[in-house]
Amino acid sequence: MPPRTLFEKVWTAHEVLAETADTPAVLYIDLHLIHEVTSPQAFSVLRSMALPVRRPARTLATMDHSTPTRTDQVFGNVPIKVDAAAKQVRQLEKNAAEFGIELFDMRDARRGIVHVISPELGATQPGMTIVCGDSHTSTHGAFGALAFGIGSTEVGHVFATQCLLQRKPKTFAINVEGRLSPGVTPKDLILAIIGKVGVSGGTGYVFEYRGSTIRGLSMDERMTICNMSIEAGARAGMIAPDQVTFDYLQDKPRAPRGKDWDAAVARWRALAGDPDAVFDASIDIDAASLEPMITYGTNPGMVVGITARIPNDAAHAASADAAVGVAQTGAAAAAAADVVFDKALGYMGFHGGEALLGKPIDVVFIGSCTNGRLEDLQAAARILKGRKVAPGVKLLIVPGSQKVKREAEAAGLAQIFKDAGADWRESGCSMCLGMNGDTVAAGQYSISTSNRNFEGRQGVGARTLLVSPLTAAASAVQGKITDPRSLL
Amino acid sequence: MEPLKQVHSKTVVIDSSNIDTDQIIPARFLTTTTKEGLGRQLFADWRYRADGAENPEFVLNQASAKGCQILVAGRNFGCGSSREHAPWALLDYGIRAVISTEIADIFRSNSLKNGLLPITVDESTAEWLLHHPGAEVDIDLANMRLTLPTGVSVTFPIEAFARHCLLNGIDELGYLRSKLSDIERYERAREY
Repeated sequence: MPPRTLFEKVWTAHEVLAETADTPAVLYIDLHLIHEVTSPQAFSVLRSMALPVRRPARTLATMDHSTPTRTDQVFGNVPIKVDAAAKQVRQLEKNAAEFGIELFDMRDARRGIVHVISPELGATQPGMTIVCGDSHTSTHGAFGALAFGIGSTEVGHVFATQCLLQRKPKTFAINVEGRLSPGVTPKDLILAIIGKVGVSGGTGYVFEYRGSTIRGLSMDERMTICNMSIEAGARAGMIAPDQVTFDYLQDKPRAPRGKDWDAAVARWRALAGDPDAVFDASIDIDAASLEPMITYGTNPGMVVGITARIPNDAAHAASADAAVGVAQTGAAAAAAADVVFDKALGYMGFHGGEALLGKPIDVVFIGSCTNGRLEDLQAAARILKGRKVAPGVKLLIVPGSQKVKREAEAAGLAQIFKDAGADWRESGCSMCLGMNGDTVAAGQYSISTSNRNFEGRQGVGARTLLVSPLTAAASAVQGKITDPRSLL
Repeated sequence: MEPLKQVHSKTVVIDSSNIDTDQIIPARFLTTTTKEGLGRQLFADWRYRADGAENPEFVLNQASAKGCQILVAGRNFGCGSSREHAPWALLDYGIRAVISTEIADIFRSNSLKNGLLPITVDESTAEWLLHHPGAEVDIDLANMRLTLPTGVSVTFPIEAFARHCLLNGIDELGYLRSKLSDIERYERAREY
């Protein structure tokens, strides 16, 4: 057998039927994660066809997107403000009960953002295929799983058959070497990668993050990297499982136990790509050269080092196509690119050539499936300990899960946040996508640890700058965009 | 599903790259539990002003856009969130095909499953289309051929099975369910 990549091993092991020129592969799905927003239409299809969920035990449901994060709304009697959101939550409760699916409902101690809870339960395991009606499903690739986002029609396909029709994607090696400098985090690394690859450079590919820098990362850190693969266009991003992976999973509630554990680890060790395996594309990243990164535009590829200035035009943006399609040549294409670039800066209220450091801010959001895990909160606490949020700035800290919340409270992090003047909430997607009551007002600047700075993502007219938890916390304290290295 | 063989229509052009699904339909409209009626919210933040009135500068609010079934857009259309509400909103509005030089993976897959044609073309064809809004364009799915009013005709790629399903009105789930015995065999072999 020719040498194979990690992706190829996982893909082949899940081929019920291989693809042909005329038909896609039938790919078996080991774990199907669902939430309230993208599942109702799929349940409706099942009902209309009188079909059951074929493998309910391979399906796990939570509620995270449209749920409130205020404690009085989750545990008190204060109703969810938006009627439609309340209805959506009730619909998931009804669907899960009717189709026999395990649901972590609003008051369940295991509830949280879908991509945070599955790993912490040990439900996410190496070598699995994992799908969810959510593009950040790529997060689970940190464990050496093939995990990708799907639409609601495909959610229905998995419900009915536990399989998907898929064309085999190409492979893309992201080789990262060198040590990250103090104050530079995996969030900065993935933003730099997106800046280099471009927001569509990964379309049609599965990324594999490799190299000594990646090997040296914790699981929380690896999840931050894989989470944002989709922001470069790649549906999935994977990291070969190793001892760090196994140590994380051991004793997790749904990880194998005893003899099963030993057998599983032996199987998982064999997943790493063969040494001579060939990728369809690759890039090399020097982690040691990176500084904290920050976005300045309206997609995650419009990103610079925090001490750099905003580029003057599209041609000088970090990557060839970060802002635009400059793979196109010719004066007309370049002019069109600049129109799009200028529109993005106009939305943000910025000008080319400006420095970002020192710009005033309004809101800071620390949380999301990208940066809502315990290590992210520990990083924020390093900066916030003994300091206060600047007057006029609102700092919202939202744990990725109820488990993260309990752990942060037990470790004293929550007290540090409250003492600093932060608003400490129940878990959920919260201000990452502004569909649950947590929003940024029009025109306000939001320093956010989330994953998307699209127009209106955090609220109509909101201006989002994506950063690491360190940069977010430092900026909250100073009330302006701040290099966290000055406060460490 | 109704068979889909051809789309023939004038185009509406949004000359912007990286149009993400949050622009196509903002997240605050995703609290729905059905697929119907999302056309009103298509491009909501570009289409309507803060007071809810139509923004006359946005192309979909101009008379020239009425009845257009083909949307031409800049590179990397449909990036971002996996929300199938994006193709649902486009279809409910009346769009049957999207043309760009590049279309994001999940959006493309979602579109094909709903009878919205994701058409990728070369740079020069895209350039022509972007500069000729309202052009009468013919998309022939059977022959994978796009014809401009100038008579220029180019082929476009489209996944073979999705094309077969669209042309014949076949539901992909029906095909997948016809493979249940293979799926069961696979599960037994893997001790599921």
